[in-house]
Amino acid sequence: MEPRRVVITGLGAISAIGKNVAELTDALRRGACGIRPIELVDRTKLRFSSGAEVPGYDPADYFDPKEAGLLDRFAQFAVIAAREALRQAGLEPGSPLFRRAGIVTGSCVGGQTTEDEGFVDLYLRGRPRINPLIIPKTMANAGASRISLEYGIKGPVYTISTACSSSNHAIGQAFWAVRSGMIDLAIAGGSEAMFSMGILKAWEAMRVVSLDTCRPFSKDRSGLILGEGGAMMILETLESARSRGAAPLAEVVGFGMSSDAHHLTQPSVEGPALAMQSALDDAGLAPEAIGYINAHGTGTVTNDPTETAAIRSVFGGHAAKIPVSSTKSMHGHTLGAAGALEGVASLAAAREGFLPPTANFTEPDPACDLDVVPNASRPGNPEFVMSNSFAFGGLNAVVVYRLLA
Amino acid sequence: MPEEVRDRVIRCIAETQHLDPETVTIDSTFEELGIDSLDGINILFALETEFEIDIPDDAAQNIRTVREMVEGVERLLAEKVNSGAQEQS
Repeated sequence: MEPRRVVITGLGAISAIGKNVAELTDALRRGACGIRPIELVDRTKLRFSSGAEVPGYDPADYFDPKEAGLLDRFAQFAVIAAREALRQAGLEPGSPLFRRAGIVTGSCVGGQTTEDEGFVDLYLRGRPRINPLIIPKTMANAGASRISLEYGIKGPVYTISTACSSSNHAIGQAFWAVRSGMIDLAIAGGSEAMFSMGILKAWEAMRVVSLDTCRPFSKDRSGLILGEGGAMMILETLESARSRGAAPLAEVVGFGMSSDAHHLTQPSVEGPALAMQSALDDAGLAPEAIGYINAHGTGTVTNDPTETAAIRSVFGGHAAKIPVSSTKSMHGHTLGAAGALEGVASLAAAREGFLPPTANFTEPDPACDLDVVPNASRPGNPEFVMSNSFAFGGLNAVVVYRLLA
Repeated sequence: MPEEVRDRVIRCIAETQHLDPETVTIDSTFEELGIDSLDGINILFALETEFEIDIPDDAAQNIRTVREMVEGVERLLAEKVNSGAQEQS
């Protein structure tokens, strides 16, 4: 039996460069950077000062006050992105399709911002009790559970937390679940909201956050910039989309994952290469088929040359011909939401006939000698695109998409 | 007699790395001691706490030996004394 084809019928995203996919697409086309001085916490107490926050975000625009009070910001972003994707897919709450539908989300820090505030009450203010909502607001599956409740989605709903690979793992698991016939439809993606003093201080101590801005693949790159947001996609079988008249936007064709088994925080070349190769194998594609790579491209000293070497090892001579960009240069590193946001960004741009750039690029680095689409978007109509996510802990997850006309 | 900066740095390194302090000398390289990047930031954290200093990322980036680390800490301590004196004047 031929494996079932899994298509995408809806996309949703909220990030520093747009509160929906249309705004995101416009920003990507302009190469607009969403990195600004941090406003959600007192940045004067931090060594770094820039972040990619969702500007002017007001929960009241999306949730009634009671609903908003039950959801940490990261869960709100998950719900907002899911609503947009479901709307585009033409799916309403209570759809009969939701009996055989699932949700797989990814998040790295989950609701730790809520937890952080609660612990300030406990440890700093000396209060004897803390808010009872901290547990349901902090749990990493809070966004997935809220989407399930809101839409009546009753199949497998769960959350994956594999640091910066979380949402690519989530998309991959959802893809395989639909392809295998376990479910017919899935909402997959991720969300993150890490702007609390405790979390930012922990990142500061890691010494990987740039004091300047995010300049992936640039010789003078000096680290990542944290970004918040959420992104979701609706996956369903081609048959399901056709039977209900939903327009397939793209297809998920391959997923690969691997573990470096090398070091807790230092990347390897072999691990990411294995994940990229596995994704190509899963898709049944030769490397030459790939027309664009959305890189993990964090802008750290170590990631970018290692990723370059991994891409070269998989793609050989073709590597020089593939445009590879890091949209983290615009929406920041959204950790557990990264794979989903970058997948949505890649598909949204390619559907509009362009490739998103690597912003803030100043100077080529011989160790990152790829076509990184510096600073300006470029016309392009790739059929197959690859989206890379590599995590601390050495866990890699790569998704390959096919654009559908 | 107060512990020398050198000895305190060596103690921080030894404690963080779970090494016998005798095996850490002023001439040891991080490579010899098996110190990688994650160990490095852990040691910087210990030094910041020990000496009550803030070690900037760029000052820390190229340090590869115990001697460089001791010199870096001494430099930051001297700057701290100077800025303290300026604040008082």
